[in-house]
Amino acid sequence: MTYFPEEVVEHIFDFLSSHRDRNIVSTVCKAWYRVERLSRRIVFVGNCYAVRPGRVMARFPGMKCLSVKGKPHFADFNLVPHDWGGFALPWIEAAARGCPGLEELRLKRMVVSDESLELLARSFPNFKALVLVSCEGFTTDGLAAIATHCRGLRELDLQENEVEDHGRQWLSCFPDSCTSLESLNFACLKGEVNAGALERLVARCVNLRSLKLNRAISVESLARMLARTPHLVELGTGSFTVEHRAEAYQRLIHAFRKCKSLKSLSGFWDVAPRCLQSIYSICPNLTVLNLSYAPAIQGADLVKLIRHCFKLQKLWVLDCIRDKGLAVVASTCQELQELRVFPSDIYGTGTAAVTEEGLVAISSGCSKLNSLLYFCHQMTNAALITVAKNCPHFTRFRLCILDPGKPDPDTNQPLDEGFGAIVRSCKDLRRLSLSGLLTDKVFLYIGEYAARLEMLSIAFAGDSDKGMVYVLNGCKNLRKLEIRDSPFGDAALLENVGKYETMRSLWMSSCDVTLGGCKALAAKMPRLNVEVINDRDESDEMEENPSDMHKVEKMYVYRTLAGARNDAPEFVEIL
Amino acid sequence: MEDHDNLKATELTLGLPGTDAIEKPTTAAPNVNKRSKEEEEEEECCGFTGSSGRPAAKAQVVGWPPVRSYRMNSFRERKMEKKEEDTTGIYVKVSMDGAPYLRKVDLGVYNSYEDLTDALEAMFKGFSLGKRIIQRQAHDLHESEHAITYEDKDGDWMLVGDVPWEMFVSSCKRLRIMKGCEARGLTSSP
Repeated sequence: MTYFPEEVVEHIFDFLSSHRDRNIVSTVCKAWYRVERLSRRIVFVGNCYAVRPGRVMARFPGMKCLSVKGKPHFADFNLVPHDWGGFALPWIEAAARGCPGLEELRLKRMVVSDESLELLARSFPNFKALVLVSCEGFTTDGLAAIATHCRGLRELDLQENEVEDHGRQWLSCFPDSCTSLESLNFACLKGEVNAGALERLVARCVNLRSLKLNRAISVESLARMLARTPHLVELGTGSFTVEHRAEAYQRLIHAFRKCKSLKSLSGFWDVAPRCLQSIYSICPNLTVLNLSYAPAIQGADLVKLIRHCFKLQKLWVLDCIRDKGLAVVASTCQELQELRVFPSDIYGTGTAAVTEEGLVAISSGCSKLNSLLYFCHQMTNAALITVAKNCPHFTRFRLCILDPGKPDPDTNQPLDEGFGAIVRSCKDLRRLSLSGLLTDKVFLYIGEYAARLEMLSIAFAGDSDKGMVYVLNGCKNLRKLEIRDSPFGDAALLENVGKYETMRSLWMSSCDVTLGGCKALAAKMPRLNVEVINDRDESDEMEENPSDMHKVEKMYVYRTLAGARNDAPEFVEIL
Repeated sequence: MEDHDNLKATELTLGLPGTDAIEKPTTAAPNVNKRSKEEEEEEECCGFTGSSGRPAAKAQVVGWPPVRSYRMNSFRERKMEKKEEDTTGIYVKVSMDGAPYLRKVDLGVYNSYEDLTDALEAMFKGFSLGKRIIQRQAHDLHESEHAITYEDKDGDWMLVGDVPWEMFVSSCKRLRIMKGCEARGLTSSP
């Protein structure tokens, strides 16, 4: 296709928004590969070990935005040992050498050191946005470096990171000349920041649209800031403890009334329920409400609040909302697309907070629902079948029944039919998490009907290797498969080895896969890294040469162009 | 004098009423492999083992329920904070004129002056002859044998009962049950 000049081809490629589409066009011919790679601005690397950083920079010299993901998903639940890997430094170093025009960096589940943040701060003169999600390894010193050196920073978004507080007044490091911030999220920081410096920063950044504070920020401070940011679109409150008769509270109400653009609200870690009245005026405009870190708002107060939010599209709550509360959501929030219900009482015995009833109510009221994360005490096949009928548009369906392997309480049957109904009805399903008592049958259904499924999470499910094989052979678009505590062994692992090169990764822990099976896989597929991760305290006791019959505790398999990684710790064996 | 305050009844426990011991939970989840030592210690430290085995066993499975560790840690810290708030008492010394020894009370346990007065009366029952030991209201002073006074943050001795309860609790450093005649000197002359 050389009839078109390259500029035209490049212009056509501009219309391709997805990475996948751009990846595909780059394989058509050498000319297209060249045009595509020189014009790609946004690069997404789903697995930091799938490719060497230097290679990415060399291929895409014009890169402006880079996203990299590190640890496997199950690392979120402490299943991956602490120093497994996923370091950000090599990526930042390579970008500093190869793409100094970098403007945005997004990292998820990576280990980010202060050293790498300092390097980042000094290496990219046009740097505009840093987003860190579920990362660790840095302190407020690293943030101070970013604040000090990144002139023109527009976005600093820290989501659920473990940040060590070194007490340094990092926020005060933003120079007086900094007026460019549009988005600032430091909700996950535990320490204090200089409130005065923050208020001045907020006041001079006239384009600020998103502000998410940590718990150390007082209501008085919040009120002062809100008064200066009437165009704010997203707000995460700090501490919301205030005497409702206090002057600060009155000022807060007044400030909220002026914020006509506010569409997203979160925070409320410590709130006197009486003070929620202050936000009733903004509720009718809200499209996003995150109360999943608001354990102080319960029952009636929560319901009263939600009754005002009829434009809600995304709602995250704790299960203290109860089935009754979910029924109110169903009748109030007709526009709801995404719902997440998190468990509030993880360690206690607790009374059943939400059950299948709540979910059924939601499904009958919210027909636009397409994304669900639901932690509950029980689920029935009948309920799932009803939900499948009411909401055929699910793209993400994650159900977690807190008691592993629990059957349908009404019939004592496994939940195969219920989940089967979901995959049959929801033709666009891309992500699915299973729980409860499940046999191989559910995997038969998944393999047969979940044609668009890309990510599947399995725990305490299945009877035999057949289950896993149904999935590997059936789901054509499968990219990520993660399995724990299920009876799948070598036969299933080795049944369709070619499949793994079409996927990003496979995780199996506490299954029946043996060391011999892993070795066989590694031998057959040289372009896969087969990592065997040993539990730290076991590896001391382990013999020098464990037998091939030895069951592997944790296995992580991923396709890669980079070969075995050289930063693996002792307890990781790459076959 | 054993447990005359019936403290055991007000003790905070996690078991159902009637159960005295907290049972050790059983591993109910299938295919659970050995947990790491740190997890075990954390569970003990949180102390949340239910009286029935099943629900508590949930907490023993590593990485279950699948909740991001950031969220788990946040809520665990909150639980610890709440626990601390409940267990660190506001203990102040209580002396009674004529009594051979002092006592200590946890002001956090009471909700009102009446609660406190009743408790003090019970505590010092043996030391007084009169029926109504301690005055209830400031104007009862002439009727009772004793009066409760307290030393505030500034070191002044104040008559108990003038300020709102919460304010009193936050400013009280110690209590003294004074003889009535001495106490009458403290009230403002009518």
